[in-house]
Amino acid sequence: MTVSLSIDSISAHYGKTAVLQELSLSVAPGELVSLLGSSGCGKTTTLRLVAGFLQPTSGTIKLGDRDLTTLPAHARDIGLVFQNYALFPHLTVLENVAFGLKQRRMATRERQQKAATMLERVGLSGLGDRFPSALSGGQKQRVALARALVIVPPLLMFDEPLSNLDAKLRIDMRVEIRQLQRANGTTSLYVTHDQEEAFSISDRVAIMNAGRIMQLDTPETLYRKPANSFVARFVGFENLLPLRVLEREGAFVTAEAGGGARITLSQDDFGPIPDDFVLGCRADGLSVRRQGNGLPAILGTRTYLGRAYQYQCETSAGAIVANGALSEPMAAGSSAVLAPMPEQCCVLHPEK
Amino acid sequence: MTRTVHPALIAFTALVFLFLLAPLVIIIGAAFSDTTYLTFPPQGLTLHWFSNIFQIEAFRTTAITSLQLAFLGTALSLLIGIPAAYAISRYRVELPRWLSTLFVLPILVPEIVFGFSLMKSITIGLGLPLFPSLLIGHALLVLPYSVRVVSASLASFDFSIEEAAISLGCPPLKTFLTVVLPNIRAGVIAAFILAFITSINDVSVSVFLTGPGISTLPIQILAHMEQFFDPTIASVSVLLMLVTVAVMAIVEATLGLTFLTK
Repeated sequence: MTVSLSIDSISAHYGKTAVLQELSLSVAPGELVSLLGSSGCGKTTTLRLVAGFLQPTSGTIKLGDRDLTTLPAHARDIGLVFQNYALFPHLTVLENVAFGLKQRRMATRERQQKAATMLERVGLSGLGDRFPSALSGGQKQRVALARALVIVPPLLMFDEPLSNLDAKLRIDMRVEIRQLQRANGTTSLYVTHDQEEAFSISDRVAIMNAGRIMQLDTPETLYRKPANSFVARFVGFENLLPLRVLEREGAFVTAEAGGGARITLSQDDFGPIPDDFVLGCRADGLSVRRQGNGLPAILGTRTYLGRAYQYQCETSAGAIVANGALSEPMAAGSSAVLAPMPEQCCVLHPEK
Repeated sequence: MTRTVHPALIAFTALVFLFLLAPLVIIIGAAFSDTTYLTFPPQGLTLHWFSNIFQIEAFRTTAITSLQLAFLGTALSLLIGIPAAYAISRYRVELPRWLSTLFVLPILVPEIVFGFSLMKSITIGLGLPLFPSLLIGHALLVLPYSVRVVSASLASFDFSIEEAAISLGCPPLKTFLTVVLPNIRAGVIAAFILAFITSINDVSVSVFLTGPGISTLPIQILAHMEQFFDPTIASVSVLLMLVTVAVMAIVEATLGLTFLTK
């Protein structure tokens, strides 16, 4: 039973402040979509609206063809995994996992069996009689996962489930979550502020800011082809350079940066270039050369990154960070050109 | 690791305990005195004053009234106090701040003023019979304890546990009864004991609300003392102490006393 989740232009307010504005999002059956953003961007609000803990001021939420919008939270049939595990401290691990089945009036024997099987699947067989206080963080989150999965929900939601775990465990757990989610084919919504986590676990990621989705795409597309400056900055394009086209000649475009510096780019490499545009460049995407085609710069502080030298550069268009080759260390104060490399750069429309 | 304790600290601690316990020792001693007046050290040794308590009808009836008031009043205060504490903790952000202050106000109002105004408003104003008036008075008197102590244990309750239960299909009221309540059990019991003891010891509120034919034990003790200054009072006190010690012993055996200080 895999269904899609469709959120259609929902808005939410805390008092008079809008926290979500006309947000729409659909998650295909069996797909895992992450909501990624810094705190206050509305990702948790979105999750709580779908869970039914908050009411939208407008818009609809549908799971398959079931309209959830006005359904009380306990009737929504959604599996939830919380950041702080939210296990029932007064119940044993097995009773925790069986809790949802008990609400569904399953017979005692049957639900204990199912809960035990689920505990086995998350690698906790034999711990059923313990109380949550006797478990480690990773074990607790496995119990929470089992508790959410055992009711076979059509939708699974995760609210920063790995934030309380240490780095090593976080990586193991996200692989496990992904495997279980794939195996069950459960449609999932995953909230996190950790980019690596979101990219590694998701089919698609929605990058959010100020109550809106800035871009919803596969991790690869987000990383290579951000749709706007916000997303570009978010996924690590350190330099955003506003440029204006002066001359077009075949595929070649000569553009001027602030302060009069000129640079020639090929549309064969960078794709179509509008008259006004922003060139997003990762520090790794600017090759630092002594001369040639590129943005003239004065090199400043040099730091050693292991794979490259990083230079804080001064250009007529402002400060820029670029990584230069290890084979050719350059002194602070020397002049150079910064040549954009297409695979590490992107062409963006300027913000209106 | 051994730690040396300054002898002066030991002496000071002993002094504090002496100060706290000496009056009780005197009362216990006086209760066994074979005299018709309160005295310490006791002259002779008799259990006469203990049996005397049970000879006096008024002690028995007022003790029953006091117990009824303490049980019912405390239960009533918890019935109002638990949902109030829950609402205050759960909707801390949405609700106005003064609301939680409102529930502690009865502690801040001098009890004598509180008792008098209750008499004016419910006994005289509404014309309620004495027992319901007393019951309302006691419930209001102990309500702040119920709300505060239950709030304190709700403060360490993680409300996402409640949301987890709801997301698993448990309706809100059932969630409250089967998930929230078991996790604040210690707080509820602590509130019950505190409220119960406050109610059973109360004089200032009860004195305004009692009347012909109905009284509470502490008021009966006062009334008795005005007429007879005999060791009966001391022996009643000893019995009350024993009851308190018994309650605490049960608490210690079942839950551990530490939860009262949590």
